[in-house]
Amino acid sequence: MDIEDRMVTAVIGPSGCGKSTLIRCLNRMHETIPKARVEGKVLLQGEDIYAASPVSVRRRIGMVFQKANPFPTMSIYDNVAAGLRLNGVRNRDELDKAVLGSLKQAALWDEVKDSLDESGASLSGGQQQRLCIARALAVKPEVLLMDEPCSALDPIATAKIEDLIFDLKKDFTLVVVTHNMQQAARVSETTAFMYLGKLIEVNNTRELFERPREALTESYITGRFG
Amino acid sequence: MKLPVDRDTRRRWIDVAMGVAAFVCVVIAIIPLGSILLEASIRGLRSLSPALLTSTTGGGGIGNAIQGTLILILLSALVSLPVGILTGIYLAEFGKNRLGAAVRFFVEVMTQVPSMVVGIFVYSLVLELGLIGLGSPRLVFSTISGVLALSTIMVPFVARTSEEALRLVPIAVRESSLALGIPRYRTILRVVVPSASSALVTGGLLGIARVAGETAPLLVTAFGSNDWFRGLRRHDARAQHRVARRHPAPFRFEMSGRWRSSSAWNRSRPGTARSSRSRTSRWTSRTAW
Repeated sequence: MDIEDRMVTAVIGPSGCGKSTLIRCLNRMHETIPKARVEGKVLLQGEDIYAASPVSVRRRIGMVFQKANPFPTMSIYDNVAAGLRLNGVRNRDELDKAVLGSLKQAALWDEVKDSLDESGASLSGGQQQRLCIARALAVKPEVLLMDEPCSALDPIATAKIEDLIFDLKKDFTLVVVTHNMQQAARVSETTAFMYLGKLIEVNNTRELFERPREALTESYITGRFG
Repeated sequence: MKLPVDRDTRRRWIDVAMGVAAFVCVVIAIIPLGSILLEASIRGLRSLSPALLTSTTGGGGIGNAIQGTLILILLSALVSLPVGILTGIYLAEFGKNRLGAAVRFFVEVMTQVPSMVVGIFVYSLVLELGLIGLGSPRLVFSTISGVLALSTIMVPFVARTSEEALRLVPIAVRESSLALGIPRYRTILRVVVPSASSALVTGGLLGIARVAGETAPLLVTAFGSNDWFRGLRRHDARAQHRVARRHPAPFRFEMSGRWRSSSAWNRSRPGTARSSRSRTSRWTSRTAW
């Protein structure tokens, strides 16, 4: 399966089919689960990420989770700066610039610019999710993995995140796991369909939804199971 | 069918009855507490004076007892909080293996050991070490062995509460930190531990409170003295000790206490030492008042 640069790739499939597991393998986050193992290779611009250290891989491939989880003890500013600061960046100007840049990229700046010192937990659910996206962007990854970024949000917040995904693909490569097929159709260029741990079909999103090659894909997108 | 009393009236009567019952229970529950407070203030208020807090027990005050208690607690906290919290971090973050399970098992067992047993353990440990030349048998009744005993109680307690506190930090918080490319040790130190900090502080304070109220293990370790603090290697005065010993028999204590303390002191000298077990039992039987 190829994930193209500066494009959005969506991963769809019924619950438990391994979508999250797949994208966690892409930045070695599955290794945080005891007894997890991996076979095969993941190449990032030709380099095998399993040959590098997990920490450096995760710096290049960021991740946003299903549930927004800002660090509870940190302010909004500190949350965004956390990735840089805990990796040794101390220069105040550099941090300020990164925080400003990523909050703008995450379309959150206008809402929080007067409350940067407040706790990240004081924001609404949708804002928290955008804060998490800003936090992931601040370390300047090449790829951003999103594991069902909207499933805990209301339709308005979801629309905002989708707009955001649209803007972000100018600068980043995105992989979005979603349960929502309309969402996959709206935001992605390529869609991958998974079922029972197997990758069934990968194709241009339009093609996949309009003329699926596999019978299984067709019955899933027409709602016959899953 | 018609009820003798309609539902609503009945409900109100039950409400009043239960309210009265609850109030009576509260009164019953506070009688013992109230009577202790009353008794203590009637008999004690008269003797409360600045001099009580500044003079030694030899001179009729409790100043040295308070001093001794503070020294013991401070030193025990200095020893136990780092060890306990680090153990808690180990158990919560790296303890999913056999060693972790074993450590957790022993920590749990140790939190349940009666404190008197800990006292006797430290007593015999310090004595035996002294007899083979590490330290000195004189250290049996010293601030050092008091701190050892209190730390033995406090470390497992703090380790357990820290582990619980750290486990309450959602896995998602760790994951999102790791996903930012933050190494694991920094994730733990800078993200997980601060998130649990209030619970860690609570655990530490509870641990301090727990050992601050200990009396039993100190009877056989720090013991007590009627003087001000004279160094880590000497007897230490303790507030609980004063209360526990003075209360039942104030006069007998004044007569026999010094003798008892000095005789225990003499017996802990190497020349008169036989086996620690026989001495422990002889000593405890004599001091079982």
